[in-house]
Amino acid sequence: MVKEHPAMGLKMTNQASYTEYNPKSYHRPVSIWWWLDSWRYTRFVLRELTSVPVAFVAGILLWQVVSIAEGPAAYASFLDSMRSPLFMALHVIAITGTLFHALTWFHLAPKAMVVRMGGRQVPDSFIILSNYAGWVAASVFVGWFWLVS
Amino acid sequence: MTDTITMSIARYRPEQESKPSLQNYDVPLRSDWAVLDGLNYIKDNVDGSLSFRWSCRMGVCGSCGMMVNGEPTLTCAAFLRDYAPGPIRIEPLRFFPVVRDLVVDMTSFMTKLKSVKPWIIREDEKPLSEGEYRQTPDELNDYKRYSMCINCLLCYSACPVIGLEPDFIGPAATALAQRYNLDSRDKGAPERLEILSQDKGMWQCTFVGECSEVCPKDVDPAGSIQRYKLAGASHWLKSILPWASK
Repeated sequence: MVKEHPAMGLKMTNQASYTEYNPKSYHRPVSIWWWLDSWRYTRFVLRELTSVPVAFVAGILLWQVVSIAEGPAAYASFLDSMRSPLFMALHVIAITGTLFHALTWFHLAPKAMVVRMGGRQVPDSFIILSNYAGWVAASVFVGWFWLVS
Repeated sequence: MTDTITMSIARYRPEQESKPSLQNYDVPLRSDWAVLDGLNYIKDNVDGSLSFRWSCRMGVCGSCGMMVNGEPTLTCAAFLRDYAPGPIRIEPLRFFPVVRDLVVDMTSFMTKLKSVKPWIIREDEKPLSEGEYRQTPDELNDYKRYSMCINCLLCYSACPVIGLEPDFIGPAATALAQRYNLDSRDKGAPERLEILSQDKGMWQCTFVGECSEVCPKDVDPAGSIQRYKLAGASHWLKSILPWASK
């Protein structure tokens, strides 16, 4: 269907189309240093990097289990290795990284979880605090186990 | 004599130059002027060739999103006085192709938005004689937050994943998918999950969380994506457990 435009005398069609891609539009490149643009991006990348210390701790735990299985001599040499300055330093980095990792995720948990109780949404602070409560309970259990043994 | 503030504005005229450059304009620094008022002052009194989008001036239409000093901002909702003594750097929204000056091409977003089917899907429509689909205030509250989205695209400009992976469906489109999933009248959640579970869907999100920080309507797209991931993961778990009901 083609219409005459009353004012302009132009032909109009009801099958209008437009150019989806404008070859002259400017595409800004993304720098590989984008994560230094703002402190919040840097903090995010640090949080992601804390997975390395977490993996380190998991590896050490496996090593410990394997050496216990191999007998007292192997376990003694494992403990010896752990006392070296290199491993002490790595453990300081690991505990810092793991704490940062765990605490940031404690605070992000309510974003993913919407918990309902009695038809009402539980406030974010409740989910965060129950994470902390779980942490305290696990620590008390480990402490009790250590004291008893 | 009134105080002035310098606005340093990204200009890109594709017929003249191959990449954007900054141009400075001095505008009156009035305490009741938003950044958008400064831009309109330039357009009306200094340089009519400056191009930018705006409409409502009251944070409803979502047209005037720009980068203000590097932060995705609704320019109608940011006051010039808060940037004094300046200069204020105004650039087009990041991660979108620039058409001209401060105008970006948002076609990619429109395609993504449509792909998540942001409308009510029903298996069966009840006849008109049975009346409307009713909803309790609680049922409305389930999705109301996500329905506040004004498509201003600040969240896309805040998301580094969009910069690195332009095909990622992104924050607003996912939040709007959730808006319909959580609506008691809607039955389209399985269809949308199918789309958002694909490789350009929700799993691209690394939870930087900046989309929710910059959202002018407190929609919390980051939260919506994480909730979606939880729903997707539990759906998958149910599909592999032999005893789980479908």
